[in-house]
Amino acid sequence: MNGAHDLGGMDGLGPIDYEVDEPVFHAEWERRVFALTVAMGFYGAWNIDMSRHARERTPAAEYLSSSYYEIWLSGLERLLDEDGLLTRAEIDARVTALRTEES
Amino acid sequence: MSKHRHTEPPSDLVLRVKALESLLLEKGLVDAAALDILIDTYENKVGPRNGAKVVARAWADPAYKTRLLADATTAIAEFGFVGRQGEDMLVVENTPGIHNLTVCTLCSCYPWPVLGLPPVWYKAAPYRSRAVHDPRGVLREFGLELPEDVEIRVWDSTAELRYLVLPERPTGTESFSEDELASLVTRDAMIGVAKATAPDGTAGANT
Repeated sequence: MNGAHDLGGMDGLGPIDYEVDEPVFHAEWERRVFALTVAMGFYGAWNIDMSRHARERTPAAEYLSSSYYEIWLSGLERLLDEDGLLTRAEIDARVTALRTEES
Repeated sequence: MSKHRHTEPPSDLVLRVKALESLLLEKGLVDAAALDILIDTYENKVGPRNGAKVVARAWADPAYKTRLLADATTAIAEFGFVGRQGEDMLVVENTPGIHNLTVCTLCSCYPWPVLGLPPVWYKAAPYRSRAVHDPRGVLREFGLELPEDVEIRVWDSTAELRYLVLPERPTGTESFSEDELASLVTRDAMIGVAKATAPDGTAGANT
């Protein structure tokens, strides 16, 4: 399937943005998304190709404007939802509950 | 993509990740201790120092280099560097006439056991899009100007097969120990966007 992820040969995407002494993660939420994604990979409900395909089904405009771990989050939510392991509605409800707690 | 690099993410995103993690823990789909181990492993334990040891041995030991080029996965496993995203490895050797460059145009495939997790630029659109059709221009952007008669080979990684570049050994390192050699091998040299560091500390002085 082609799509926004199929970037080889595309022009107009700007200069390479190199960061000297780059840290492995740039924020705590990135650590969490990385670990959750890899851990759910070990759980075994899907394989690496299914994970990639789930990320690649992120809508094109969203894909190109998202950071790397935002795309991972999008893919993980999609797989969990499609597998019936955790629905987006459950996540939405928990977000609302957490927001109420924090405010 | 730089707008995402250092900026604090919106609190919506942080909350969403928190919500996701709490639900997965409650459902018993992930284990809290396992998450900590994963993060510690890839943030602190696995990284390009692993790959540098492999390269240094290949420079110092011709028999090892032969094994590495013939069956990289097995030769790298001699160091215990095995696991996710390194299940099938190919090492490509730079020579005076050939320079190798690795990319993953579709996503972010990268040899985790020897290089750790990839830097943001490797996963971002500018490098992924241009490495395959303007490698010389891309290398120039990294400060590496190759003579026109050097052939550039670009290797597009897949989920199955991942590449490690074996850089040229810098001149003036004949008396170096393996540890000293390893200190000259950078992450960027093993991706192919730089040369190994010269003994005097300058990059690319062996061109």
